[in-house]
Amino acid sequence: MEQLILTVILTSVPLIFAASGELIAERSGVLNLGVEGMMLMGAVSAFAIAMGTGSPILGMFAGAFAGALTAGIFAFFTLGLATNQVATGLALTIFGTGLSGLIGAPLVGHAIDGLPQIHIPMLSDIPILGMLLFQHDIMVYLAVIMVGLCAWVLNATRVGLIIRAVGDNHDSAHALGYSVLGVRLLAVMFGGMMAGLGGAYLPLVLTPHWAEGMTAGRGWIALALVVFASWRPWRVLGGALVFGGITIMQLAGQARGWTIPSQFLSMLPYLATIIVLVLISRNREFALANSPACLGRIFHAGK
Amino acid sequence: MPLFFFEQVLTVAARRPHLSEAFMTARSRTKTSKNSAKKAGVAAPTHQTPLLNASGFVKRFGNFTANDDVSFSIYEGEIHALLGENGAGKSTFVKMVYGLMQPDSGALEWRGQPVTINGPQHAREMGIGMVFQHFSLFQALTVAENIQLALPAGESLSGLSDRVRRMSAEYGIGVDPDARVHNLSVGQQQRVEIMRCLLQNPSLLIMDEPTSVLTPQETDQLFDVLRRFSDSGVAILFISHKLDEILALTSRATVLRRGINVGTVDTDTRSARQLAEMMVGEMVGDVACNTAPADGDVLLEISHLSRPRPTQFATPLRKISMQARRGEILAIAGIAGNGQDELMEALIGEWRAGLDGIIFLKGLDITHAGPAVRRNAGIGFVPEERNGHAAVPTMSLAENNLLTSHSLGGAVKNGVIDDDAMRQAAADVATAFDVRLPNENPLASALSGGNLQKFVVGREIAKSPELLIVSQPTWGVDVGAAMFIRSAMLELAAKGSAVVMISQDLEEVFMIAHRIAVLYNGHLSAAMDATGLTAEKVGLLMGGSAAGRGPDA
Amino acid sequence: MISLIPRKDIPLALTVMTPIIAIALTLIVGAIIFATLGYDPLQALYQFFIAPVSRPDQIGDLFVKACPLIIIASGLVFCFRANVWNIGAEGQLILGAVFSGYVALTFPGLPGWAMMPLMVIASMLGGLLWAMIPALLKTRFNTNEILVSLMLTYVAALLIDWIVRGPWRDPMSFGFPLTKMYEDAALISRIELPGIGYLGQLHWGVVGALLMAVGAWFVLSRMLVGFQVKVMGAAPRAGRFAGFSPSFVTVMVLGISGAAAGVAGMVEVSANIDQLQPDISFGYGFTAIIVTFLARLNPLAVIGAGLVVALAELGGDSAQIALGMPKVVTGVFKGILLFMLLAGETFNRFRFEIRLPRSAAVKLTGGQN
Repeated sequence: MEQLILTVILTSVPLIFAASGELIAERSGVLNLGVEGMMLMGAVSAFAIAMGTGSPILGMFAGAFAGALTAGIFAFFTLGLATNQVATGLALTIFGTGLSGLIGAPLVGHAIDGLPQIHIPMLSDIPILGMLLFQHDIMVYLAVIMVGLCAWVLNATRVGLIIRAVGDNHDSAHALGYSVLGVRLLAVMFGGMMAGLGGAYLPLVLTPHWAEGMTAGRGWIALALVVFASWRPWRVLGGALVFGGITIMQLAGQARGWTIPSQFLSMLPYLATIIVLVLISRNREFALANSPACLGRIFHAGK
Repeated sequence: MPLFFFEQVLTVAARRPHLSEAFMTARSRTKTSKNSAKKAGVAAPTHQTPLLNASGFVKRFGNFTANDDVSFSIYEGEIHALLGENGAGKSTFVKMVYGLMQPDSGALEWRGQPVTINGPQHAREMGIGMVFQHFSLFQALTVAENIQLALPAGESLSGLSDRVRRMSAEYGIGVDPDARVHNLSVGQQQRVEIMRCLLQNPSLLIMDEPTSVLTPQETDQLFDVLRRFSDSGVAILFISHKLDEILALTSRATVLRRGINVGTVDTDTRSARQLAEMMVGEMVGDVACNTAPADGDVLLEISHLSRPRPTQFATPLRKISMQARRGEILAIAGIAGNGQDELMEALIGEWRAGLDGIIFLKGLDITHAGPAVRRNAGIGFVPEERNGHAAVPTMSLAENNLLTSHSLGGAVKNGVIDDDAMRQAAADVATAFDVRLPNENPLASALSGGNLQKFVVGREIAKSPELLIVSQPTWGVDVGAAMFIRSAMLELAAKGSAVVMISQDLEEVFMIAHRIAVLYNGHLSAAMDATGLTAEKVGLLMGGSAAGRGPDA
Repeated sequence: MISLIPRKDIPLALTVMTPIIAIALTLIVGAIIFATLGYDPLQALYQFFIAPVSRPDQIGDLFVKACPLIIIASGLVFCFRANVWNIGAEGQLILGAVFSGYVALTFPGLPGWAMMPLMVIASMLGGLLWAMIPALLKTRFNTNEILVSLMLTYVAALLIDWIVRGPWRDPMSFGFPLTKMYEDAALISRIELPGIGYLGQLHWGVVGALLMAVGAWFVLSRMLVGFQVKVMGAAPRAGRFAGFSPSFVTVMVLGISGAAAGVAGMVEVSANIDQLQPDISFGYGFTAIIVTFLARLNPLAVIGAGLVVALAELGGDSAQIALGMPKVVTGVFKGILLFMLLAGETFNRFRFEIRLPRSAAVKLTGGQN
C-alpha cells in the first residue's frame, strides 16, 4: 500500500510542475498548447546534460532552461507576431516532439544515475509518514515549493496581481500603463521552465533513460489539469495526485482483476475536466470569477 | 459669513497635495451645516486664479474642425458642466485637457502656470483624473485590487482596504473593498472607478457622461458623492447633455456647438430652455416645415416595447410605443447612448431575448421574427455601424449585397448562389446609387466611408422596401453623399413607403422628417408633426428636461 | 515601438506567395537545424523531399498518405473559417472508424453495394456525434470547444483501445488487440489504372478524398450555408444582422468537420489496415490542422497542401532508413512549417509600422521578406 502511494506521488510530480507553470501562463491570458513539446525538450536536455556531466542536478537545470527556451519560440510568434495561440501551441508540440527525437537519437540506449533521495533528518524516521513524505528526491520537494510559490505570488504579491489583471482585461491593464506583452512573455517563459522541469523529472527519476516521446501525453494531461484545478495552484497539487492516482489505480486494478476496464478509469480525468469546464462556463458571472477572461485572446496595443 | 469663512479654510486645506485625515474628519463634523448650502463650491470668484485655464484651443482632423478657438476655465471646488450635442467637440476638448491629444494651437494654464500635458500619465501626476463613460475595471479582481493597480507600488492591500473603507464611508460611496467587481452593480462599479481616481488626490476630476449608465437613484447617490468632493475643494468637469442634471448639480456650464464655445453661463440663472437653445442653436430652417402626407396607412406599430439592459453599458428600452405610416419619414432624434443601438437591434430582430411588448408590421406580430423573416415581409434595415455590422469589411461588395438579400431569392436558388446574379445585383446598386468603385468587385474595406454608406443604404432602397429603418444614415459621410442619401429616402417615402430614421443629427432631422419623436434614456416621446416644431422644443426633449414634456411647451 | 496596423486591402500576390515563402523558409530553417546537429543538410533534405517520390509507384503512396489529411482538412476548413476551434478531429476520426467497424463486423454478409455506403454513413455519424459534444456544450453552456474537443480525443483513444482489447477482439488473434479482418466487401480496393496497373497503394478512397475537397469548395464558395460560415467567422455581428444564427453555424461546422474526420477514419481502416486496432491514426487529426493552414483555409488548396505535408511524412520514413533519423523528425518540419504559415498570416493581415520617438514613422511592408 505504501509503495502504491509512493508511486502515485512520483507519477504526479511531472504533472505538478508542468501544470502549475501552465497555470501562471494561462492566468496571464496565454493558452500554450505546447506543453508536451516543452516537456520533451526539457526531458531530452536534462538527460543529455546529466549523461554528459554525470550530474543529474545540472541536468535538472538544463531541463528548466530548455523548457524556457522552447517557450520563447512560442512567445516570439504569439506575442511578437500576434499569431493564433491554439495553432502556435500545436506547432510547438509537434516541433518539440520532433526536435527532441532528433537531439535524443544518439542518446537512446544509454542510462544515467538518477537524482538521489534526500532523507530529511528526524522527519524521515516517522513510521510510514516519514517514508511517504520525507524520503524523496529534491524535485519532489521542489514541486511542492513551486506550487506554494505560485499560489503566494499570484494571490499575495503585486506581481501576481498584475499577472491576474493582464489575464482578466488586457486593454485596461494597458491603459493603466502595464506592459501586457512583457508580463505575458515572462509568464510564458516561466511556464516553459516549469514544463521543462516536469519533463526533466522523467529521465532523471522515473525511468533513467531517454526514449522518444517519453512524456506520453503528460503535457496534454497537464493542460487538462489546469482547467480541472479551475486555475488555482493548490488545486493543481490535489488534482495531480488524483490524476496520478487514477493512473496507478488501473495498474493495481488490472493486477487484482477488477471488472471495470482500465480504459474507463483512464477516461475519468478527461471526463471530469469536461464536467469542470461546463460547470465553470455555464454561468457568465461564474466564468468571469473562475477563468482568465482574456485566455487565448490576442492583444495588440495599436487598435 | 462664518460659513463662508469656513469654506475658505476648506479650500486652502484641500489645496494641499493630500486630503489629510484631519481635514476629512473636520468635514464630516460640519456636514449638516454644509448641506444647507446646496451649490456652495466657489461659483467663479473672479478674484481667484483658475485651477485650469484653456484659451484658444483649436483641433482639426483633416478639414474638419472639432474645436475652434475654445476657451474654458474652472476653479477649485467648482462643478462645471460641459454641454453639447454629439460631435459638438466635448470629447475632443476633454481629451486635450487629459493629454490624450495635443491641440493644434492654444494655451493651457494650470494654477496660473503655462503647461503642456504630454499624456494621461502626466495629467494624472499634475492632479487631473478622468472617469470615462465606458470605464473598464478588472471584473475578476476585488475593489481594493482594482484600486491598487492604479496606484504606485508600495501600499499593502490591507492598508489600502482600510483606506478604501474609510473613504467609502466618508463619502457615502458604499462599496466593500473586498467585493469582487463582477458582483457589483454598474453604479457601484462607477463609484469604484471614481474612488480609483480620487485616491490619487486629483485637484480636477473629469467625468464623461457619468449618468448615462445609472438609474435615477444611482444618479442621486453619485451627485451626493460629487457634491462632497467639490466641498472638499476638488474641481469637477461634468460632461453631459442632460439639462435637468446640469441644473441640479453644477454651478456653471460651458456650451459647445459644432466646435465653438457658444458661452459659459451661470446655471443658477438659466432655465433648461435657455440651455437647450444654446446647445442646438438657431438653425437655418429652425422651424421645420415638412408636411406629413394626410393619413397614410399605419405600416409599423410598436406597443410598449421594453428590453432589459443587454450589456453593462447599454441602455434599457422602456415601454416604447410608436407608429410609422406610409409616405412619411419618422425621425427618432436623440443624443447617442440613449437607447438607439438597443432599439435598432430590436427593430432588426437581431436580439430578441428579453423583449417585451409587441411589434406589428401591417397588423402582423413580428416581435419574435428574425431579420430574414422581417426582410421578406418588406422591411429594409441600415444599421449605424458600417464596418462589421452593416457590411463585412473583408468581403466583396457582391457578397455584402447578398448579406441582406439572401432570403429574398434572386441570387440564391435551392441554397446555391448564382455568382453572376450576385455580382450583377451589387453592380446595379452601385450604378443606381453612384457608388464609386476602385475595381469591378472590390472588398468593402476598400471603399471610402461615404461610398460604402451609399452602398448599404442603396442595397436596401433598391429592394423598394415598404418600410425602411435606418440608423444614422449620414454619419461620417461627406456632404455630397449625405444629400444623395437623404433625397433617396425622401423619394422612397414619396412612393408610399414608410421610413423610420434614427438620427442624432438634428439638422438632418429637421431637414427631411415629417414627424419627430425623441429618444431619451430609453424612453421615446410621442411623435410630433414636424410642421411648426422648434429646435428648442426638440432640444429640451433630447436633454431630458421636464420642461420639454410639459403640455404647454 | 513596432505596431501592427491592419491592412485594408490584401494584395493577391501576398495571398499566393505566403505558403510558398513559408515552405522555403521551413526548408532553410530545417537545414540549419540538421547542420547544427551534425547531419548533412542537403542529404537530409533530399531524403525528406525527393527520395520519397523518385519512383512512379511512390506517387501513388504519396496520395494514399495524403488521403486522410485531405478528407479531414476539407472539413476543418469550415470550422476555422467560422472561428470555431475544433482540434479534436483525431477523436472524431477514431469514432468514425469504430462506427463503420461496427457495420463491417456485425453484418459481414452484406453485399458490397450495401456495405460501402452503410459504412460511410456510419462513419459520418460516429464523427458527427463525437463533434456534437463540444458543439452543444459550446452553444448551450458557452464551454470552450478547444479544451473539450481535445479532452474527447483522449477519451476516444481509450475507447477504441478498450473495444479492440475487450468486446470486439478476435478470439483467434492470439491475445493481440485486433478485431477480425474485414470482409472484402468492407475493404476499399486499389485502383488499377489502364495500361499502368496498380500505382503503389493508390486506392479508391483517394478519389473520394479529392471529391470531398471539391465538394467542400463548392459548399463553401457557392452555397448559402458556406456563405453563412464565412460571414460568421469574419464579422459575427454582420452575420446576425443578415439573419444567420451563430449557434446553428457552430453546430454545423463542427458537424461537417466531425463527419469528414469520421470518413477519414473509415477510409484509413478499410484501405490500409483492414481491421480495427488500438492505433489507427498517426496523429492525422492534428496534422490535418497544418494542412488546413497551409491551404489558407481554401478547400481546393487543401489537396496540394495535403500532398506537401504527406511528402514530409513519407520523408520521415526514408530519412529513418537512409540516415538513421528517428521518424518523429518529420515533426521538426511540420512544426516549423506551421510556425511560418502563422507568421505569414500576420504579415497578410497587418502592416508593420515602426514608430520612432519624435521622428517620422518608418513604414515597412511585411510579407515581402
